[in-house]
Amino acid sequence: MIATQIEPTATLAQLQESKPDRVTIVLLSGDLDKAMAAFIIATGAAAMGMRVTMFFTFWGLNAIRRRGATSSAKDWLRRMFGLLNRGGADTLPLSRFHFGGLGTKMMQTVMKQNRMPGVPELMQTALELDVRFIACTTTMGLMGITKDTLIDGIDQFAGVTTYLAEAKQGSVNLFI
Amino acid sequence: MMQADVKLDTLGYFCPMPIILTSKKIKELALGQVLEVVSDDEGIKKDMPAWCETTGHQMMGLEEEQAKSGRIYKAFVKKTK
Repeated sequence: MIATQIEPTATLAQLQESKPDRVTIVLLSGDLDKAMAAFIIATGAAAMGMRVTMFFTFWGLNAIRRRGATSSAKDWLRRMFGLLNRGGADTLPLSRFHFGGLGTKMMQTVMKQNRMPGVPELMQTALELDVRFIACTTTMGLMGITKDTLIDGIDQFAGVTTYLAEAKQGSVNLFI
Repeated sequence: MMQADVKLDTLGYFCPMPIILTSKKIKELALGQVLEVVSDDEGIKKDMPAWCETTGHQMMGLEEEQAKSGRIYKAFVKKTK
């Protein structure tokens, strides 16, 4: 086995030369359709060689929560909120025509029949394509969502300045 | 008819999967080789040239044919980097 030596100055020069286009996406919504749109754009951009960062806040955090993981927030109010607000990429409801779950189930069936990837599959693809996930710490605290209840692969736990530092250099910045 | 070195079947897959599969597959090719992407998603007619323009690979051409299940598109991409 030969170890490859990476010349740091060379890789930096390469990076500066190639200047990858940056895309940032804020996902505030926890709706199935909106999350799908966000992940489709993210994976598409990553496939085009762009550097993509997704920032999850408020209901958008539900997309990166592990299914069935209970909140370990310290106070009961937030623990209760975490319990009532169910999370998990495969549990997101449609923004319209949810009909108590029936509409969403129908949509998921149609998607499956047409071999369309759902939110869990798209999210997995995004991670494979090195899309960076940032979870908003402020809303995590507010909604009783603790780190241990989120999926593996979250790149950073951060706030608005981290997002803005990234968005400032982005050529495409979306709020969904 | 165009000739390709490698063929990628994305039949049945919708946007963005054909492009994502293409971006993964092209890594396996050598410089100058041509990849043929077969898809039944009409969006590929516009998406593949756009992907090539952004990534710097060369769009060689697109062929269309009528199959039993519907129209099939064949995009030919030359790896240039």
